[in-house]
Amino acid sequence: MIKDQDYLKKIADICLSKSKKLGSTDASILVQSSVSENINVRNKKLDGSERSENLGVVLTTYLGKKKSSIASSNLKESNLNELVDRCIETMKITPEDEYNSLPDKDLHFSGLKDLDLYDETHLSNEDKINYVKEAEDEAFSNNKIVNTNGSGFGENKSNFLLANSNGFADGYKTSQFTAYCEVVSKSNGSMERDYEYTSKRFYNDILKPKDLGSIAADHAVKKLNPKKIKSEKISLIFDKRISKNFLSIFASAISSSAIAKGTTFLKDKLNQKVFNTELNINDRGDIKKANGSRYFDSEGIGIINLDLIKNGILQDYLIDTYNGKKINRKSNGRASGTTNLYFENGSKTFNELIKSEKKLLYIKETIGHGTNIINGDYSVGASGIMIENGEFSYPVSEITIAGNLNNIFQNITLADDLEFNYSTNSPTMHVEGMIVGGK
Amino acid sequence: MTSLLKNSELSIEKADKIVSETLNSCDDGELYIEDTKSETIVLDDNKIKSSNYTSDLGYGFRAVTGDTVAYSHSNEISEKSLKNSSDNLKSTLKNNSGTYNSEIKKTNQKLYKDIDPIESKSMKSKIELLNNMNEYARSKDSSVKQVTASLLAEKKNIEIIRSGGELLSDNRPLVRINMSVMVEKNGRKETGVYGIGGRQDYDEYLKNDNWKKVCDEAFRIANTNIESKPSPAGEMKVVLGPGWPAILIHEAVGHGLEGDFNRKKTSAFHDLVGKKVASKGVTIIDDGTIDNRRGSLNIDDEGTPTERTVLIEDGILKNFMQDRLNARLMNTKSTGNGRRESYKHVVMPRMRNTIMLGGTNTQEEMIKSVDKGIFAVSFGGGQVDITSGKFVFNCTEAYEIINGKVGAPIKGATLIGDGPSSLKEILMVGNDMMLDPGIGTCGKAGQGVPVGVGQPSLLINNMTVGGTQL
Repeated sequence: MIKDQDYLKKIADICLSKSKKLGSTDASILVQSSVSENINVRNKKLDGSERSENLGVVLTTYLGKKKSSIASSNLKESNLNELVDRCIETMKITPEDEYNSLPDKDLHFSGLKDLDLYDETHLSNEDKINYVKEAEDEAFSNNKIVNTNGSGFGENKSNFLLANSNGFADGYKTSQFTAYCEVVSKSNGSMERDYEYTSKRFYNDILKPKDLGSIAADHAVKKLNPKKIKSEKISLIFDKRISKNFLSIFASAISSSAIAKGTTFLKDKLNQKVFNTELNINDRGDIKKANGSRYFDSEGIGIINLDLIKNGILQDYLIDTYNGKKINRKSNGRASGTTNLYFENGSKTFNELIKSEKKLLYIKETIGHGTNIINGDYSVGASGIMIENGEFSYPVSEITIAGNLNNIFQNITLADDLEFNYSTNSPTMHVEGMIVGGK
Repeated sequence: MTSLLKNSELSIEKADKIVSETLNSCDDGELYIEDTKSETIVLDDNKIKSSNYTSDLGYGFRAVTGDTVAYSHSNEISEKSLKNSSDNLKSTLKNNSGTYNSEIKKTNQKLYKDIDPIESKSMKSKIELLNNMNEYARSKDSSVKQVTASLLAEKKNIEIIRSGGELLSDNRPLVRINMSVMVEKNGRKETGVYGIGGRQDYDEYLKNDNWKKVCDEAFRIANTNIESKPSPAGEMKVVLGPGWPAILIHEAVGHGLEGDFNRKKTSAFHDLVGKKVASKGVTIIDDGTIDNRRGSLNIDDEGTPTERTVLIEDGILKNFMQDRLNARLMNTKSTGNGRRESYKHVVMPRMRNTIMLGGTNTQEEMIKSVDKGIFAVSFGGGQVDITSGKFVFNCTEAYEIINGKVGAPIKGATLIGDGPSSLKEILMVGNDMMLDPGIGTCGKAGQGVPVGVGQPSLLINNMTVGGTQL
């Protein structure tokens, strides 16, 4: 069972009062409890089950502008006392940093908690196994699916309390239900793997098992017997599971920490045109039941909705207290990053997008870590499907795609097929003229 | 005798009893107890940005029968908690029963000292070191605009209790010193990153002002990249430098030779044992027994002593890397590759120090033989798709080669290749085998473990370079 707020509060109080007694001027604490149960099935047979019970505490103490942190999973009072001692000792000899402080009291979250982030449904392992077996059954009904890499189901429940010496103390429960199916297809000596994945706060919102299995099988079969193409400049269509990655890159490039240090290609771009004028990017933390929704960030600051890009123009950064001070801005509640980040729908249908040019390369997977936030250089391995005259023609693999994000962002056109499946979501994306490295 | 249960509510006798009673009807399993202390101090933007100390204690209880694994872990070390875990394991495996294999090799292997690298250097001197690194790096050139330096130290003590009361333990120190420098010139920004580390005290790595060399190297890479031109795109010859570029070996063949993917027949290598998978002269080993290396372990996380495992010998595939589960199901022995990130994670076959042994060619010969290609000296990270065999890695320092000569530096390009075929494309193996500086972390199924790599210079006939210049 996850621990209740009273238990978490007791741990928080022990640490906060001990810190104060030992001379800290301020302190903040996070106490977390979670239980997760996962099962894995392979070839319709139980492969493994896993149950985790996690407890944890993270304490940060301040002495004026000096700061230090400790974290522990051992919540015995004697251990906590020892760690607080250690934290205070370290804090005393750590140099001052003028930007260190607790967050602005006026920005603390207060209000209703009505976003529906916790589903108390509990599935027995039997039910989880049955769900996944049904997904694998469906995948195997495709005769080119010969093996599985494993499929699984996970249920996670957690509770936390965040408190600080300025009187903030709040927390809440969240839940997450996750299922995946990863299968292997084979034909004419070619072997490929692919997957489908679903993750929601409410059990009723996840994909039905048959859909999970058939989508995974379809992905894996469509990759079979790929060709390598010649190096060329070509426009790309990014499948929704890849296009959302550009939003994550955008988010890290406008974090106040990167902006303050100057380590991002979007420094000094506020109020400038970063994307083409039809594009809008929002970050909303208040969508009911959504994966990215939250009431406050890891400092206790209430979440406000942000229109980050309006008509292609950069309107705001993602700001926390520490880095906000460096750039003379107040926190906008993004110490834990974005919430539900998405591109608004574009004006073209998916079909219009794939028919917009004679020859397009549809990217379904990228591998590698080839994004340089500092200068915007982008180069990753990729695979996908060639589109000729609006028709999907043959799979392509072992290629690279490269460009610079300054140009890529300006050359994006979006379809009108946005769905809220993850915490970061994008419609299907067309990017004009990128360089493919191949034969 | 056990020390990790010393201050807990659980006695060793009780733990033994629950473990034996739970595992007697299973094929394998153990209680794994871990006590990890770690400390991270980061200097960023001229300030000590954070000093974090973490103390993590917990257990992972595993029962295995046939090919089914039941696992339960918790931070609450008590008889009640362990009994709950036991019930959970039993309910998962209720329909199966096995015969416990109590055989496990013994070792007196001592590859690193039982030291606490966190306590052996004072906080004051760590802060002073970071400040010195910052000042020194910034003093190198006025183009240095940003510096991040960090110190990471860890002491991980583990104990494994097997059915029948057998107790195995290992105390593992680990340190890492990192430096990242950003240089800005003529409106361009580039970074250089370098680090060193292993299983010794900080001071072993700081002898002879070695920290200056770390700063010098990070600055040199950043400064080289500021002059870089767009990378070419397409297939060409590639010369790899010695040492860290061996992450190519790690990605291209290492993962594909892990026992689980081959037992499940999802690896592109699963039916290639005894067959030629690399050019003649190519020998690759996975060695967990090199003194003080980041990827070395006295025993793995199942208690098996580590060893030097030959994976590919003179081009022929010899062995996979095994943990106990996959070894049993494939009728072979564990090679001591059973590893886990922590007590929160299940064991999997994982690499230790993966090394291609040296050959006879010189790097000079290799470069001379290339008309058009690239010379890749350092890499960021890599990734592989086990099933299709396709792998990538990202250059952080590379140069063009034109008519047998090293030319201008080129911008961070991605290299992509096919694992099973790329090793057959190796034309020359250098005589300059080198191990990496001790910074690698390998990710698999969400678990990160420290690893090492090593290789000599290599000439590869054909790889696809992902640049922007057609």
